[in-house]
Amino acid sequence: MSTFLGMPRGRVPGPPADPAVGQLTGDRPFPAAARSALGNSRLRANLAHATSTIRAKRAAVVEEVPDWEALREAGSAIKAATMARLPELLEQLEANVVARGGQVHWARDAAEANAVVTDLVRTTGADEVVKVKSMATAEIGLNEALEAAGITALETDLAELIVQLAGDKPSHILVPAIHRGRAEIREIFAQRMPGVDTGALTDEPAVLAAAARAHLREAFLRARVAVSGANFAVADTGTLTVVESEGNGRMCLTLPQTLITVMGVEKVVPTWSDLEVFLQLLPRSSTGERMNPYTSTWTGVTPGDGPSEFHLVLLDNGRSRALADEAGRSALHCIRCSACLNVCPVYERTGGHAYGSVYPGPIGAVLTPQLTGLTGGDDPNDSLPYASSLCGACYDVCPVKINIPELLVQLRAEHTEAHAEKHRLPTPEAAAMRAAAWVMRDADRFAAAGRAATVARRGIRKGKPVLPLPPPLNGWTASRDVPAPPAETFRDWWSRTRGARS
Amino acid sequence: MRIALFVTCLGDVLFPDVGKATVAVLEGLGHEVVFPAEQTCCGQMHTNTGYQHDAVGLVRHHVEVFEQALADGCEAVVAPSGSCAGSVRHQHAMLARRAGNEALATRAEVVAARTYELSELLVDVLGVTDVGASYPHRVTYHPTCHSLRMLRVGDRPLQLLRHVRGIDLVELPAADSCCGFGGTFSVKNADTSTAMLADKMTAVLGTGAEVVTAGDASCLMHIGGGLSRLRTGVRPVHLAEILASRS
Amino acid sequence: MTTDNAHQAARDVVLARLRGALGDDPTVPTVPRTYRREGAYAAGSPELVDLLVDRLEDYRATVARTGADDREIGVAVAEALAAQGVRDAIAAPGVPADWLHGIPEHRLDDGSATPRQLDRTGAVVTGSAVAVAETGTIVLDGGPLCGRRAITLVPDTHVVVVRVADVVQTVPEALGRLDPTRPLTFVSGPSATSDIELSRVEGVHGPRTLVVVLAG
Ligand code: SF4
Repeated sequence: MSTFLGMPRGRVPGPPADPAVGQLTGDRPFPAAARSALGNSRLRANLAHATSTIRAKRAAVVEEVPDWEALREAGSAIKAATMARLPELLEQLEANVVARGGQVHWARDAAEANAVVTDLVRTTGADEVVKVKSMATAEIGLNEALEAAGITALETDLAELIVQLAGDKPSHILVPAIHRGRAEIREIFAQRMPGVDTGALTDEPAVLAAAARAHLREAFLRARVAVSGANFAVADTGTLTVVESEGNGRMCLTLPQTLITVMGVEKVVPTWSDLEVFLQLLPRSSTGERMNPYTSTWTGVTPGDGPSEFHLVLLDNGRSRALADEAGRSALHCIRCSACLNVCPVYERTGGHAYGSVYPGPIGAVLTPQLTGLTGGDDPNDSLPYASSLCGACYDVCPVKINIPELLVQLRAEHTEAHAEKHRLPTPEAAAMRAAAWVMRDADRFAAAGRAATVARRGIRKGKPVLPLPPPLNGWTASRDVPAPPAETFRDWWSRTRGARS
Repeated sequence: MRIALFVTCLGDVLFPDVGKATVAVLEGLGHEVVFPAEQTCCGQMHTNTGYQHDAVGLVRHHVEVFEQALADGCEAVVAPSGSCAGSVRHQHAMLARRAGNEALATRAEVVAARTYELSELLVDVLGVTDVGASYPHRVTYHPTCHSLRMLRVGDRPLQLLRHVRGIDLVELPAADSCCGFGGTFSVKNADTSTAMLADKMTAVLGTGAEVVTAGDASCLMHIGGGLSRLRTGVRPVHLAEILASRS
Repeated sequence: MTTDNAHQAARDVVLARLRGALGDDPTVPTVPRTYRREGAYAAGSPELVDLLVDRLEDYRATVARTGADDREIGVAVAEALAAQGVRDAIAAPGVPADWLHGIPEHRLDDGSATPRQLDRTGAVVTGSAVAVAETGTIVLDGGPLCGRRAITLVPDTHVVVVRVADVVQTVPEALGRLDPTRPLTFVSGPSATSDIELSRVEGVHGPRTLVVVLAG
């Protein structure tokens, strides 16, 4: 890690997450994965429809909040203050959860978190758990780990259920099946949902939702163990929060005897009153609602109401690595609203699978490589910081004001520097950049280069270079004509026409 | 007012007409334009591609050139490019600081505070929305991302365009969507960039405009390159060129 | 089972890593709280009640207005259930008998009903702790009027009585009135999902019918 990016001495990054465990990395770099996705016309149509719908809804409900910017400022500052006090807040959270009858477990990485949860489920004797949608458990690959231990994990969120039934992967942090249209969902239910009445099943969203209700009802009623994530955990009270829509979250948090919540360490907030900020920012940013249908909060266990056993698993898995970078750590402020995905022109066209990680889109492009680290090579996650045109739409909508474009630029520098540290020979790109910088640091050299370019104008005919360009420049000419250089550069024009006056 | 022109590297080498038009507009309004000959490039391509060490050298060079221009009596620096003005204003000091050079960061902030994109200079500093231009063509305006979201130029370019005589200004649908250029993004992620470009071109073509304009030669090179490849007949013309037009 | 030693080791390592990552002297920014922590209207104002009704109807909840008297509330509850064709209901243990008099079959929850039994119960009747007008949110706090969480979850119809005096304008005002150590449920309309093409449809796992009786 370079000291260039403002990592003062005294800060030691924790170890990166192991990309081999869970779902933090894909099998191909972004450009290659994106190329396949771009050719999938059904995916393109589904995404274009869904993202434009949600953008409009979000814009309308954000517009009506007079103090939206003040809420964003507060949200951003609460998160920054939280990160600076993370260890003490986690200890406070732990003490309060334990004082109210809960148990707290710590996991250094995905494998350890999976082992902890598997052991906890085994101890109950259950061979099935119901699950509330949770990014943390998707990140660590908990379902696969449970399955390997002979425990069935039933996803109960509608979109997660669609993904699970289809044997698919989630492609969005809020609506994991955003890449599926209603007709496809009907097909998946008709073919894969046990006991569904295919005759009555139409592709009306209300009918599909009703089918999911009927399908999962029995599972909720018999469930003995539930696994959830958490949106927020309040340090000064020990209160956990799950924000949801369908009521599957309430089912999981209320009916079983045992509740296991897996949460990244960054989800803690200092005080109960901090929730007043996030409960306003989150629903409007994510589903474009003034408030989501259901938010549940619980503190330890409450006799006679809900689970009698509560376990909280606190997960590092690369977060202590991201925390060490003062700028980069703002990626940990993310409240997973998905607004940045929904407005991203790249995500809108490629969808989430192209990013490889469970965290796609703009936030994924900065969070994933910070969790797993950058190798400086061609690893899939090394390509993520480049998966953006830096258009800035994500920063504009982010409810906690994460400056994603700036983080992307910073991570690009980390990537090239990681490469330079490992290799004696620069990449052709690095060499070209160095040469260009050398030329551009001096006006005479630059003027000469400019003149050379004007000579090259004869090398371009009808918008195409006479000689084919080498990669990656041929990426330009594949879809765009090249402008012919002018006969004279601006500076030559200036000195010719008015050099004497200047 | 004496104004230093930062013509940008792309403007110097590939699109000199943009610089000439900027000079014509400002001189037409009675201002003095100076071209500091030592200028080269703001370093944005290096910064945004991950070569911050190299960029810092260019930042230093840029700061030296334009603080000299300010010392020589220029009151403002103008760039006919939202993204280069954005780089000066939002990246230079940050780069210097990350390199541990606080002194350079402070100097960069002084230059940044005087640096304007063309429409900002005209509307905010010079207080002009009618520059006396006439341009009898059907035109649609694409607000480039860095103008819109980094500099927040808002509707200043449109205010200027609305005062152009004879212009038939038509609104671009989904105007605030990125065109897909993004500097080296356009070659590193050429497929995604092209998909974005396709939608931008569709929007442009839907307006029936003969000219698409913007405040950035780079985005125009991308949009225009696509429009030209498809032989659509729609031309890219920089905002400065329309404002300088007296046809 | 993870041994205590392993547990302790993981805890120590994670905390040490986080401390190491922060370095010696992390700066803690102050939080600007310039957002509205109070609304323009006092709790129970007619403006707030109207706003709440608008929000609730936007969520496709059914709203009935009634006086503050328990007998009147009982009439509104009975009418709401009759309109749904529901004959039987369970109620939170602290619900006044007068709220229930018009329901053909009703009982107060004594904590014994299993989820399966609740699944065969037509409706649930409860009170509420506080309501937020701007967001159309009603909060249940697990107290005697609201009951344990399972009873407001499993039956398909929830009739919730909201006292006008408990209607505040903003989210911060509501949180200030709540005890975080109780299990809380914030309800904003009937259960819904946006998971299919990001269009909202009402009616998934939670009660598909939410009737709000605004009293006072
Ligand atoms: S980065 Fe911001 S906009 Fe994106 S999901 Fe996280 S909180 Fe939402």
